[in-house]
Amino acid sequence: MEQIIKKINIPQKQVVLPFVKSVEIAVKSIKSRFFRSLITTMSLILAISFYSYIKTNSTVISGILVSQNKIAMEKLSTQGYELPVNGGEYTTSPKERWILFLSLLVCVVGIVNTQLMAVADRFREIGTMKCLGALDRFILRLFLIEAMLQGIIGAGLGAFAGAVIALLGSFIKFGSVAIEFVNVNDIIISIVISICLGCFLSIIGVLYPALLAARMQPIEAMRGRD
Amino acid sequence: MKEVNIEELNMENLNNIVRVSRVKKNFNLGKTQVHVLKGIDLEIKTGEYISIMGPSGSGKTTLFNMIGGLDKPSSGSVFIDEIDISQLDAYELAWLRCRKIGYIFQTFNIIQVMTALENVTLPMIFAGVPDDEAHEKGMELLDIVGLKDRFQHKPFELSGGQQQRVAVARSLANDPAIILADEPTGNLDLTTGDEIIKLLKLLSKEKGVTIISATHDLKMINVSDRVVWISDGKIEKIENRDELSISLGQIGDK
Repeated sequence: MEQIIKKINIPQKQVVLPFVKSVEIAVKSIKSRFFRSLITTMSLILAISFYSYIKTNSTVISGILVSQNKIAMEKLSTQGYELPVNGGEYTTSPKERWILFLSLLVCVVGIVNTQLMAVADRFREIGTMKCLGALDRFILRLFLIEAMLQGIIGAGLGAFAGAVIALLGSFIKFGSVAIEFVNVNDIIISIVISICLGCFLSIIGVLYPALLAARMQPIEAMRGRD
Repeated sequence: MKEVNIEELNMENLNNIVRVSRVKKNFNLGKTQVHVLKGIDLEIKTGEYISIMGPSGSGKTTLFNMIGGLDKPSSGSVFIDEIDISQLDAYELAWLRCRKIGYIFQTFNIIQVMTALENVTLPMIFAGVPDDEAHEKGMELLDIVGLKDRFQHKPFELSGGQQQRVAVARSLANDPAIILADEPTGNLDLTTGDEIIKLLKLLSKEKGVTIISATHDLKMINVSDRVVWISDGKIEKIENRDELSISLGQIGDK
């Protein structure tokens, strides 16, 4: 017990949290709270897959219109799709857009809810970090990085799932016509947009809970018993 | 070793590392105002081992939080190294918590998602210490508290006493001048509590760290240089160790 601890050269007057370290901590935190992260991510996966499904579907229908395949177009009409009358481009209907908007809104509310609970769960951890010298912005950054990672993973999964389901579904309904005339570029673009949208929603959802956590005084955080 | 440690220079020049001056603290509970601290004056010298004793509700934790810069007094001031800490901005306060003060809590407050070693190195990361140095020093500290071979364990794989030892190691990470321990033995059984107390005493002797501990564990008295008795928001008496061994001889002989 007689070691003399080596004094290390500590740069003066500096409190830092390097970006790489923040990512490391965020990943660790997601991993060890896997179930909770999964629930947060789940609502994102569902909302984004719905978005991606609708977008891909509309790309498929545009493809069918281009093909001018009579049987497929007949089927589309009987299924209630409103096809443009004189060769115009197919767009999603106002009703679809409205439902999309609602689903994304519900998703954000869901994320805010789970993230608020996550923050309450972590009062003590946040307080401890602040006692060890963490600044408000470290805490904020940790939460934002976590949300970003969840956003990328959730939206990525959702976007692919939505696109694949839409393609498979229309292949089953309309046969090979549906796939042949699909504009691949459009589908890739819609997947990319979906992923960006997912990240955006995830960040929006975590913003308020994260600000709440970051502004907390260490002493308040300590009092919150877990 | 070429290094200028400003903190140490200050410590030599100024005898008092902590000075509490006419500190009052009121809490508003609805319409009534509760006077928790009613004017506390206290001077703590560098390297001292101080115990703040008192019954629950006497205000000792509140005082402890004031000294640690975790809470602000309603009036009066707390000086650390003759700097009034209520004048510090958020950044300077974070720096103070990171470098000057090591905290030990009754509830350990080990970060659950990190291993023992990561917990110990976290304050060093905040202090801007390079990874490998932090790692090396973290291992040294874990060695001192006797947990070197458990560095990769997560908190839930450690017992209460072991978690508290990780907390002790973590509090030492940036060579603080002060260690604040809020009832460090409160959640531990007698033997483990004893071990923690011995460890703290050893550190204060070997490294000259000032240890301030709020407690109602009488075992702490044995090792304290001075004991500050608080009751009803005021200092009742301050006893030095030599006086203590007379008045509490039977406990000391245990």
